[in-house]
Amino acid sequence: MAEVKLRKVVKRFDEVEAVRGIDLDISDHEFVVLVGPSGCGKSTTLRMIAGLEDITDGEVLIGGDVVNDVPPKDRDIAMVFQNYALYPHMTVFQNMSFGLRLKRYPKAEIRKRVDEAARILDIKELLDRKPKQLSGGQRQRVAMGRAIVRNPKVFLFDEPLSNLDAKLRVQMRTEIKKVHQQVRTTTIYVTHDQVEAMTLADRVVVMNQGNIEQVGTPHQLYHNPRTRFVAGFIGSPAMNFIPCQVEEVNGGLSIRLTNELSFPIPPTRAAQYQNHRENGKLLLGLRPEHITEAGPHLEPGEVPFEAKLDVTEPMGMETLVYFPVNGTQVCGRVNPNAGARDGAPLRLAANLNNMHLIEEASGRVI
Amino acid sequence: MSRDRRWALRWSYFFLVLFAIFFLMPPIYMLITSLKTSAEISAATNPWWVYHPTLSNYIELLTSPAYLTYFRNSAMVSVIVVSLTMLISVPAAFALSRMKFWGSAVLATGIFLTYLIPETLLFLPLFKMFAVFNEWTDIQLINRWWVLLFLYPTLTVPFCTWIMIGYFASIPKELDEAALIDGAGWIQTLTKIFIPVALPGLIAATIFAFTVSWAQFLYPLAFTTSADQLVLPVGIITSLIKGDVFNWGQIMTGALLGAAPPLIIYAFLMDYYIAGLTAGATKG
Repeated sequence: MAEVKLRKVVKRFDEVEAVRGIDLDISDHEFVVLVGPSGCGKSTTLRMIAGLEDITDGEVLIGGDVVNDVPPKDRDIAMVFQNYALYPHMTVFQNMSFGLRLKRYPKAEIRKRVDEAARILDIKELLDRKPKQLSGGQRQRVAMGRAIVRNPKVFLFDEPLSNLDAKLRVQMRTEIKKVHQQVRTTTIYVTHDQVEAMTLADRVVVMNQGNIEQVGTPHQLYHNPRTRFVAGFIGSPAMNFIPCQVEEVNGGLSIRLTNELSFPIPPTRAAQYQNHRENGKLLLGLRPEHITEAGPHLEPGEVPFEAKLDVTEPMGMETLVYFPVNGTQVCGRVNPNAGARDGAPLRLAANLNNMHLIEEASGRVI
Repeated sequence: MSRDRRWALRWSYFFLVLFAIFFLMPPIYMLITSLKTSAEISAATNPWWVYHPTLSNYIELLTSPAYLTYFRNSAMVSVIVVSLTMLISVPAAFALSRMKFWGSAVLATGIFLTYLIPETLLFLPLFKMFAVFNEWTDIQLINRWWVLLFLYPTLTVPFCTWIMIGYFASIPKELDEAALIDGAGWIQTLTKIFIPVALPGLIAATIFAFTVSWAQFLYPLAFTTSADQLVLPVGIITSLIKGDVFNWGQIMTGALLGAAPPLIIYAFLMDYYIAGLTAGATKG
């Protein structure tokens, strides 16, 4: 068990800079998820920690030691790959014990560790099978078992669930969380799926174009995103971004979206936006769940408005409604019984207590 | 089954049968001839029928010390060449397909290009080289069966390396990365992961190397002359054709017996050849 530190880590492939000097501290026992769109440098970062890619610049520390020039086998890490990477000619037992056998562990010790891992992962009855006789989920378990038996300092997961179907993915997600609760090994997990990131992580690292956009708990990222990228990346359906202006109305501040539509900013929020009056290029960020049908009694911070719906998407427990505001398609989530119909008007309420104001040029959340 | 498909099948079978007859004709004719006496072969009877079958050709050949020497020479040369080839080409292919070093891609192509140079172009300069070598060191390389051990790999190594590069390239990169993290070095990755996983390719390369060495004609014809140094293909020609007298019965018998070892090897290893061992390594 150990903490992992990245110090100004850079990775260049010829001319392309895949990772641009990132700093990250991961503490012992922590489950950290690196998330971002494809090409953001998250897998490259993981592979540098694993030792599968050379580090162009900066330092990686595992357990306090700089490991830049330490080969993967001596870093005391275990990695689970997207395509499992099981050895096809070996049984499950042989797959799981391969690393231990190479290190010449005593037979009894190997048996004990494999049995223990098999118990945790519930694959005891599969130990004599070959990988091709296993289902996708079982192969994934074996790949995890191979990591667990080594009892490493750090687990590295590289999009381990991407090859599984949707249902199995949800199931294995829970499994991974359970396994981490049992073994408590420091874990770094790479995914492009923000739901996986939110559900698994103690802390999420959002990456974009080789940089870290924000590091925080799932709750922090969701409710207090620092950039437009994070705000848009975390959450599904994504946050709405509507061009707007801040203006002073009757001593208070107001968000003007169109000539007809303007929302008063709640007094609790007004102070932080005070300096951004008359600042042209602003975006109002509002999550779909904060645009709901207007009830008879409005909550504090809720502002009612009338919208003509373009499209409605009934999801069962809720209905997603889409309508245009100032040239942008805006999504709201309403009660399925609110009477939302394609092309029909609906009275909605925006909850401005949960609004974000974003500088369009810098992408910074104010 | 649709009408089109039925007709397509009929035509395929028609041509398959045609090809089978065409390619089986020579060995069948060899078999028929090998069972005849010289008198019957030269008699004006139906050449496709044996009127007085006899095993005398077989008995004579299998008891003739010369033929057994050729057979032994061929077997030794082939087995050693196959072993040498595998010892060289498997690590070479592994290095070229996995250890990306400066010039590895050019080297891989270069190896294949050497295979494209025909041996008919090489045996004259080789002859000259051997003569010069003899002048310098006093070591005679001509008319020594073991010299073939150095010559055949020039044909087998490039091709086998090329086959193995292809097989190794089809092994997912994550497999060696997993082995690397598990603590395996390059040699262990090769012996414990790559060779078992690429076994079908390895067997294909072995079969190829064996066939080439067993059937090689030009180099032994050029470089070996005395009866105790000859290999089978050359031995049959030189000892069973005396002047303008062709001992057809024995020639056919010798050729047929000579063709047996590759046939047997093919029959036994064909299943391996086809088996896809990589299934299940990654998402199938």
